[in-house]
Amino acid sequence: MSLIWEGILDAIRLLIGDDPEVWQITLLSLRVSGLATLISLLVGLPLGTVLALGKFPGRSFLLSLINTGMALPPVVVGLVVSILLWRSGPLGSLGLIYTPAAIVIAQTVIAAPVVTGLTAAALQQLDPRLRLQLLGLGASPLQMVLALWWEARLPLLAALMASFGSVISEVGASMMVGGNIRGQTRVLTTAIVLETSRGQFARAIALSLLLLALTYMVNLALTWIQQRGTRR
Amino acid sequence: MVQPGNSTVQPNGLSSGLLIAGLMLALALSACGRAPSPAVPAPADPILILATATGPQDSGLLDVLIPIFESQTGYRVKTIAVGTGAALQMARNGNADVLLTHAPSAERVLMREGWGKDRLLVMRNDYVIVGPTADPAGIRGMLSAADAFRRIAAARATFISRGDDSGTHQTERQLWARIGLNPDGQTWYLESGQGMGATLAIASAKSAYTLTDLSTYLVGRPYLQLEVLVEGDPVLLNVYHVITVNPERWPGVNYEGARAFAQFLVDPATQEIIGRFGVDQFGQPLFYPEAGKTEAELGVP
Repeated sequence: MSLIWEGILDAIRLLIGDDPEVWQITLLSLRVSGLATLISLLVGLPLGTVLALGKFPGRSFLLSLINTGMALPPVVVGLVVSILLWRSGPLGSLGLIYTPAAIVIAQTVIAAPVVTGLTAAALQQLDPRLRLQLLGLGASPLQMVLALWWEARLPLLAALMASFGSVISEVGASMMVGGNIRGQTRVLTTAIVLETSRGQFARAIALSLLLLALTYMVNLALTWIQQRGTRR
Repeated sequence: MVQPGNSTVQPNGLSSGLLIAGLMLALALSACGRAPSPAVPAPADPILILATATGPQDSGLLDVLIPIFESQTGYRVKTIAVGTGAALQMARNGNADVLLTHAPSAERVLMREGWGKDRLLVMRNDYVIVGPTADPAGIRGMLSAADAFRRIAAARATFISRGDDSGTHQTERQLWARIGLNPDGQTWYLESGQGMGATLAIASAKSAYTLTDLSTYLVGRPYLQLEVLVEGDPVLLNVYHVITVNPERWPGVNYEGARAFAQFLVDPATQEIIGRFGVDQFGQPLFYPEAGKTEAELGVP
């Protein structure tokens, strides 16, 4: 027990003290996972909408694939992206392995199915008569989609939170494709693994507190937007 | 109810969402493309991938050496701490430029197969057998590591193996082979599959024995309920070499950078830093600089 206590005290000292590396790691985590979430949103929102509203052969099969993708193990994604990006791999000439961009790619692969699957579920859950009514009122397809997104804004923002949560907390893929390089690709989760293996528990606890605080603040902001939308 | 024609309803919530997303994008973009400003002009190919055993990383030695090398030469080192087995494999696949490893027999195979170009001795420290203070197998003070292993097996005392093909793991397996005993599948023989620091923590929690390099043990000692029980046997010598990956086998590797890094490690000034590292904190060096010596001089088996 005393270890945890001392760890927390050390952590507070570390957070108050001006340790630039801790803040650099935190900021990198936010940037990498934020960008991955954003790209996932840009890919997943349209794709989920097409899967929910479209009628084409293979739709159910595609949905089942996306739903499986929502549970993609990060280490498997990390392995596959590593093999692709390694110098000996097919995309090796891009020189992306062990860069923040590589982590963004891996995290996007993890998060995009989450956004896609939850978008599709959110839109399918809407009353189908709403679409008919919208079209009957003369809405263009784009206006109809925007209106449906607005109507499903609560679950859509929940989808955004779920995808950000899945990548900010992910360690396996970041470790494999990023390499946990100090000052370059070390993010909060990989730093926590490293400090724990070094026996530097105070730093590990400090970084854990930062990770929790960061996740909380991002979700607080998104929840605020989400709940503000309900007061109408 | 929804009014599809009235576009003023929609943007409020959506635009806040887009604002947040935009902020995320701005933050994310500003993350990329930031390079340190070296004291000298950057070399033609400044990116250097170093695949290393975990010991130099976990002890913090590389955190001291790498910034010096980067500012002296303008190279940007990507240090991947994967363990010696994986590092040697990265050399075979051309995925690393330079290695810092500690498994001499496996390294000699790598060189014989032509995957490595240069191999220079950098430093050494010692392996030790650590275990619980109670020492149920009674190995404290034994002079022969092999005899100690025999006694641990006879007592069926819990032993934690790295199990990850690291340099430490290879040394441990060679010790079992030396006494003609295969511990696989024994209930007392556990494989952690993790780095040395994590393996020591497991051994401490389970009151078990393990083989460790002294540096990682010293760094973790404040948190560990383990003590050094066997040390000093010549077979427990732990020697680190730097190896450059052969550019004739993998034309894409950064051989010039690898060569510069190898030269940096054996440079007298660097050797002095290695020899001083950890003395303030632990009262003894974690690594002993040995550049220029041969394996035979050190007594590598």
